[in-house]
Amino acid sequence: MTYMPQISRRFVLTSLAAAGGGLALGFRLPADISPAEAAAGPAEVNAWVVIQPDDAVIIRVARSEMGQGITTSLPMLVAEELGCDWSKVRAEFPSPEENLRRKRAWGEMSTGGSRSVRTSHEYLRKAGAAGRELLIAAAAAKWGVPAGECRTADSVITHTPTGRTLRYGEVAEAAAKLPPPSEPKLKDPKDWTLLGTPQKRLDTADKVTGRPIYGIDVRVPNMLYAAIVQSPVFGGTPKSYDESKIRDFKGVRRVVQLPNEVAVVADSWWRAKMAVDALPVVWDEGQNGKVSSASIAEFLRGGLVAPDAAIIRKNGDVDAALAGAAKRVEAEYGAPFLSHATMEPQNCTAHVTPDKVEVWVSTQSGEAALAAAAAAAEVSPEKVVVHKTMLGGGFGRRGAVQDYVHQAVLVAKAVGQPVKLLWSREEDIRHDFYRPAAMAKFTAGLDASGMPVAWRVRVTGPSILANLFPQRLTNGVDASFANGFTEEMAYAVPNYEVGYAMRTTHVPVGFWRSVNHSQNGFFRESFIDEMAHAAGQDPYQYRRKLLSKDPVRLAVLDAAAQKAGWDKPAPAGTSRGIALVEAYGSLCAQVAEASVGNKGEVRLHRVVAAVDTGHVVNPEILRAQVESAIVYGLTAALYGAITIDNGRVAQSNFDDYEMLRLADMPVVETVVVPSGGFWGGGGEPGVPPLAPALCNAIFAATGKRVRSLPLKDQDLKRV
Amino acid sequence: MSRLNINGQTHEVDVDPDTPLLWVLRDTLGLAGTKYGCGIAQCGACTVHIDGVATRSCSVPVSAAENAQIVTIEGLPPSGDLHPVQKAWMAHDVPQCGYCQSGMIMAVAALLRDKPQPSDADIDAAITNICRCGTYARIRAAIHTAAQA
Repeated sequence: MTYMPQISRRFVLTSLAAAGGGLALGFRLPADISPAEAAAGPAEVNAWVVIQPDDAVIIRVARSEMGQGITTSLPMLVAEELGCDWSKVRAEFPSPEENLRRKRAWGEMSTGGSRSVRTSHEYLRKAGAAGRELLIAAAAAKWGVPAGECRTADSVITHTPTGRTLRYGEVAEAAAKLPPPSEPKLKDPKDWTLLGTPQKRLDTADKVTGRPIYGIDVRVPNMLYAAIVQSPVFGGTPKSYDESKIRDFKGVRRVVQLPNEVAVVADSWWRAKMAVDALPVVWDEGQNGKVSSASIAEFLRGGLVAPDAAIIRKNGDVDAALAGAAKRVEAEYGAPFLSHATMEPQNCTAHVTPDKVEVWVSTQSGEAALAAAAAAAEVSPEKVVVHKTMLGGGFGRRGAVQDYVHQAVLVAKAVGQPVKLLWSREEDIRHDFYRPAAMAKFTAGLDASGMPVAWRVRVTGPSILANLFPQRLTNGVDASFANGFTEEMAYAVPNYEVGYAMRTTHVPVGFWRSVNHSQNGFFRESFIDEMAHAAGQDPYQYRRKLLSKDPVRLAVLDAAAQKAGWDKPAPAGTSRGIALVEAYGSLCAQVAEASVGNKGEVRLHRVVAAVDTGHVVNPEILRAQVESAIVYGLTAALYGAITIDNGRVAQSNFDDYEMLRLADMPVVETVVVPSGGFWGGGGEPGVPPLAPALCNAIFAATGKRVRSLPLKDQDLKRV
Repeated sequence: MSRLNINGQTHEVDVDPDTPLLWVLRDTLGLAGTKYGCGIAQCGACTVHIDGVATRSCSVPVSAAENAQIVTIEGLPPSGDLHPVQKAWMAHDVPQCGYCQSGMIMAVAALLRDKPQPSDADIDAAITNICRCGTYARIRAAIHTAAQA
């Protein structure tokens, strides 16, 4: 009844390049693209654009949809240049294996780091422009006129001198056979008619009618269900389990032991779950069975003063400037591990046959899922088919690590039948790749006017890159741990030094929405407030002085402050705080209006956010992302803490890992202030400013400086 | 064998009587619009109507739902059209990832039947479902729009 696969790796790490696929990452349009055979019907004008005879336009979306709106915003980039009728556009996900077969015609599929628009805007616009040029060329050939005499609008080509017209659907098949232009010409942004407009999302109808669009909804014929229990202590392994205890459980087909977990397969998920809960498993906990949050905190505290820190940025002479400073400001900050808690728990459906490995999965990276499935099944990537679905949340959990894909393939291979593996919420909270716990120590020197002449920054904690992508470390150092203190730190401080002491925990860490900016934004922007307070200055005006040579940042900061009415007193009973963060190529400033009750209860009433992403694809989607980021940041600031007890996570579900609910939602006003000229990310930059803006408001209200999160653990009672 | 009335149709299902209704809907009957989020009635992703009451189906054994009128997201719209709540959701582009929205819409539809013109305080008290994407502001606005419909 029990099958034990002889594979020791627990999961496979992301990209095909990392997995030894050796695929070139360089991507050029449209050299690699061979149009699919153009039968009567839809014509593939190029890899991104398919046009049907009835003018329906299908635009391929290589990235994953996890709520951030790319099934709308990425097609808008193509459609703007294609000149098609937006009302006729729908989106389609090309498959990862097709991408492999076509030499990565769709480029990178991995979705994270607020990269979708940021890194694909150019080739998507060029795909649209190339498509438009092909359609014009096909129409011009049909008419026997020069292409230069034709214009396009809303999927119609017009021969200007004669007024003759052809619809895109009428020439798409001919266009698909023409050689693609080598340098398609892009519009000047001032001529955009679609980009920058608030178009409705294309995926809403499916999402309000309960259509089965997520990985968890997949049903394939002859499918069984698996529930899983993973070693409570990270890195532990199952030593033994007593299968006799579940022998009488109805519907149970098999117990499958995996390297760090045990799965029960049954004819329904509920039966599998009941059985796995009842299965006594003895674990070899390894070396970490005594680790606690207190021992981790002690370990990190050592990192704040240890001599082994890597110096990541250094300007001037901090020691000399500190010695001559009129005033010194010092503080230590801390932030806990955090779980992603996607609403859809991790899951994957897999079917392994001798010829093929097929998986259906909510993934931020179809290619990483493909690599994970191939590694788990021990087959070459060409034998794997990945069916991407909509994601019930991602936030970084479903990207770099495809642990659930690996597990599902092992289990499906063991039972020789399709299996849907679904984690319980408890497994999901306890087996995440967490936002790192981190600490920071600051020493700043102010001159007689209160402005900083020196600032020493020390950060410490476990490195995500060391855990997931060690090949990306530079001389063993993960400079990204100091994100927000390195090149993004634009405040004028003449003598400045940033050090990072890496402290690796057994708690696995991963990319959590806004990643290291999430804790560093809190640390930095809170400490800037401390400096302003020490200088006896208004925290907004203090930041303005520090940014006097940076008009782009000033504009964002000013936009938030003005909209919030910073020059007038906050509404009765509330206090204001401000913060500004640059992340993922975008700027976001937030002003929080909060109150603190006598018993220390914090209420965030209003947030004004100003955001500059350079160009804006869809301002309404951007606003929604800022609102979303504020909720993500506020949930973490108020409640978020994963704590460790006896080597394992103490929390397990939404009763002890709380989420913000509607009643606590602040009013959010978002000002979009695009300065143009660059393409910043939209999904994450709104997260980091929230905690410091809120905590700075709490300081303004109470005089209590919050240096550690979450707020539920802080004593803010009025004395 | 349990006899269930779901979306106006009778279904005979052969499941263990203590199986939560959620899993009967999703896995036995293939009505996957109702979602699993927590299993402990915390998040509301599994909200359905049982005799008109918004109920978290992960915590209702199927045996307790016999002889009741069960409505899921698939049966919410009256006649192939969209329910007013769904229309308001479309108008405000509420969903992001969308996973919690079936449960949200079911909870809101029940609220509006009980209180056709809910105040913000009514909404705060009644709509306690979790949305991890943070669509709450749009949900509130869409509820007020639906109340006008």
